[in-house]
Amino acid sequence: MRLSSILKSAFVSTLLLSAILQAKPVYIATTAIVEHPALDAVRDGLKKTLEENGYSGNNLKFTYESAQGKPDIAAQIARKMVGDNPDIIVAIATPSAQAAVTTSNSIPIVFSAVTDPLAAKLVSTLEKPGGNVTGLSDMANVKEHLELIKEFIPDLKAIGIPYNPGETNSVSMLAAIKIQADKMGIKIIESAAPKSSDVMIAAKQLVGKVDAIYCPIDNTIISAVESVVRVGIDAQVPVFAGDTDTVARGAVAAVGYDYFDLGRQTGDIVVRILKGEKPGSIDVKMAKGTNLFVNPKMAKRMGIKIPESVLNRASKIIE
Amino acid sequence: MSLYAFLGTIEIGFIYGLVAMGVYLTFRILDFPDLTVDGSFTLGAAVTATLIVFGINPFLSTLIGTLAASCAGIVTAWLNLRFNILHLLASILTMTALYTINLRVMGKPNVALIMEPTMLTPFEGLGIPAMYLKVIFVAVCTIIGGLLLAWFLYTQYGLAMRAVGSNKRMAQANGIVVNEKVYVGLALSNGLVGLAGALFAQTNGFADSTMGIGTIVVGLAAVIIGESLFGTRSLLIIVMSCILGSILYRIAVSMALNADFLGFQASDLNLLTAVLVTLSLVFPKLRSEWKAKKAKKEKV
Repeated sequence: MRLSSILKSAFVSTLLLSAILQAKPVYIATTAIVEHPALDAVRDGLKKTLEENGYSGNNLKFTYESAQGKPDIAAQIARKMVGDNPDIIVAIATPSAQAAVTTSNSIPIVFSAVTDPLAAKLVSTLEKPGGNVTGLSDMANVKEHLELIKEFIPDLKAIGIPYNPGETNSVSMLAAIKIQADKMGIKIIESAAPKSSDVMIAAKQLVGKVDAIYCPIDNTIISAVESVVRVGIDAQVPVFAGDTDTVARGAVAAVGYDYFDLGRQTGDIVVRILKGEKPGSIDVKMAKGTNLFVNPKMAKRMGIKIPESVLNRASKIIE
Repeated sequence: MSLYAFLGTIEIGFIYGLVAMGVYLTFRILDFPDLTVDGSFTLGAAVTATLIVFGINPFLSTLIGTLAASCAGIVTAWLNLRFNILHLLASILTMTALYTINLRVMGKPNVALIMEPTMLTPFEGLGIPAMYLKVIFVAVCTIIGGLLLAWFLYTQYGLAMRAVGSNKRMAQANGIVVNEKVYVGLALSNGLVGLAGALFAQTNGFADSTMGIGTIVVGLAAVIIGESLFGTRSLLIIVMSCILGSILYRIAVSMALNADFLGFQASDLNLLTAVLVTLSLVFPKLRSEWKAKKAKKEKV
C-alpha cells in the first residue's frame, strides 16, 4: 500500500517535472452547448485528470466557452477555438461537437457527453475512428435503470416518461428504453414537454396510468424536475431518474454515471493524445462505472419502501 | 482575434445577413412584426438537411428548403389576413407549430451533415482553403440575395409593397392589391430566412431543432445596428447595411467571447452582447445630439 502510494507520487512528480520542463504550456480549449450541472461536472472532471497528470498552473492553458444553448454561438465558438489553434479541443454535448468537427479536420477533437456519436456523424465507426476525432459516449445503461425500478416495484407494469421531443439525447435514450422495456414486459407511456414550463402538466398526465415516473437525461425535464417530484408526492407515484444528480433534488433513486467521473474518463483520452497518440487510433469509449444514489426521505413522502438490497449497495444515501 | 476566428465571424455574419434582410422586409417595409422566422430558419435547415441525407442534390435540397420556409410565411399571412388574427400572434402560432413540424421533418431532433455532400462540395476542388471557401461562398450568396432584394424593391411591384407598408389605406385607394403584397412579402422574407438556415446547416454540419431560438433577436439587432450606423439613405444602402449590421453583431459576439482577459466569463456573453448592441444604438443618437448642441452654441 505504502509502496504503491510512493510509486504513485513519484510517478506524478516525474510527470510534473517533465511537464514543467516543456517550454510551451499545453493548450486545451473546451466548449459546451450550455451551462448545466452535469456538463459543468464533465469539465471539472477533465480538469482534475489533467491536473493529476501534471498539467496545471503554468503549463496548462485551459479555456472554456458555453454556447448559452444557441447553436449559432456554438458555431462561432468552434471557429474561435480552431483559430486559436489549441493542442486539443474538447467539445461537450452534440451540437458543440458537431460544430467543432465540421470546423477542423486537423486539430485533435475529443467529444464528451454525446449519447450517440454515430448518429451525430462525429465518427463513422467506434473502433479506431481515424481522422482527428474520438471521444466518450454517455449512452446510458437503460437495462440497469429499469431493473432498479423493478426492484422497488416487483409487479411493475407501466412506467411514465416525461421528455422533450426536441432533445437528441433524450430521444435516443427513450428509444433504447422502449426496446429494453419491451423485453421485460413493461409498458412505457411517454409524455411530451417541449419547455420546462410544460413539465408539470406532462407529469400530471401520467398519474393514474403508471406505477412509476422515470425522468430521462433530458435537459428540459431535469431543469424542472422539482415539478415532477411535486406531482410524485401529491399523487403518491415514485419518481426515478436517469442521472444520480437528480436524486438530491427529489428522485427516489437512480443508477447512473457520475458526470465528474465521465469528465475524468474524457481526461484520460485527452492525456493519451497529449502523450503522442493519434486521436484516430483511439477507440470511442463508452462511459464506465455506475453509482447508485437513494433518497429515503423522498421514498417515504412518495409512499414507497426502499428494498434492503438497494440500501445495502447504495453508493450514496441522500439525507 | 485570430484570422480563422475572424473569418468564421464574418461567415456567420453573412449567413445571418439574409435573416436581417428578411426581418427588415417584414418589420420595416411591410410594418408586419413577424416572429415566424424563429421557426422558418430551422425549417429551411431541417428540410434541406433531411433531403441531402436522402441523397438529393444539395442545390435542389436548398431550393426546396427555402420554398418550405416561404410557405411558413404564407401561413402566417393567411392567419392574419383571412382570420384577422393579430400579426404578432399569428406569427407566434406558426412559429410554435413549426417546432413540431421541424421535428417531424427530421424524424429526430438533430440531423448531421458532417459526412454528406453540401453546396460547397463542387467548389472544394478549386484549391481554395476551406476557411476562405466558406466565407467566399456565403458572402456571394448573401450579396447576390441582397442585390436581388434591392432590385425587387425598386420595381413597380416592390414600390407597391413599400406603399402598402407605409400607408395601407392610401395604397388601397391607389388600386394596389394589399393582401397579395403581404403574402408575397412574408413568403419572400421567410424564404430568405430559410435559405440562411439551409446555409448554416451546410456550413456547420448539422440541423438541430433548437437552432432557430432567438433568430428574430439577432435579425432585429442586425437591422438596427445597420440602420443606426449607415442611416436610411437609399434602399440599396439599407439592404447592404442589414448585411453589415449582421457582421458587426457577430463581431460584437466574438469580442464578448474573446473578452476573458477582462475577467469576463462565458456566461456573461448575453449581457456583453446586449451592452455592445446597445452602445451601437446609443452612440449615433448621442453623436447627433452633440452635433445639434455644437451647432446651437455656434449660432449664439
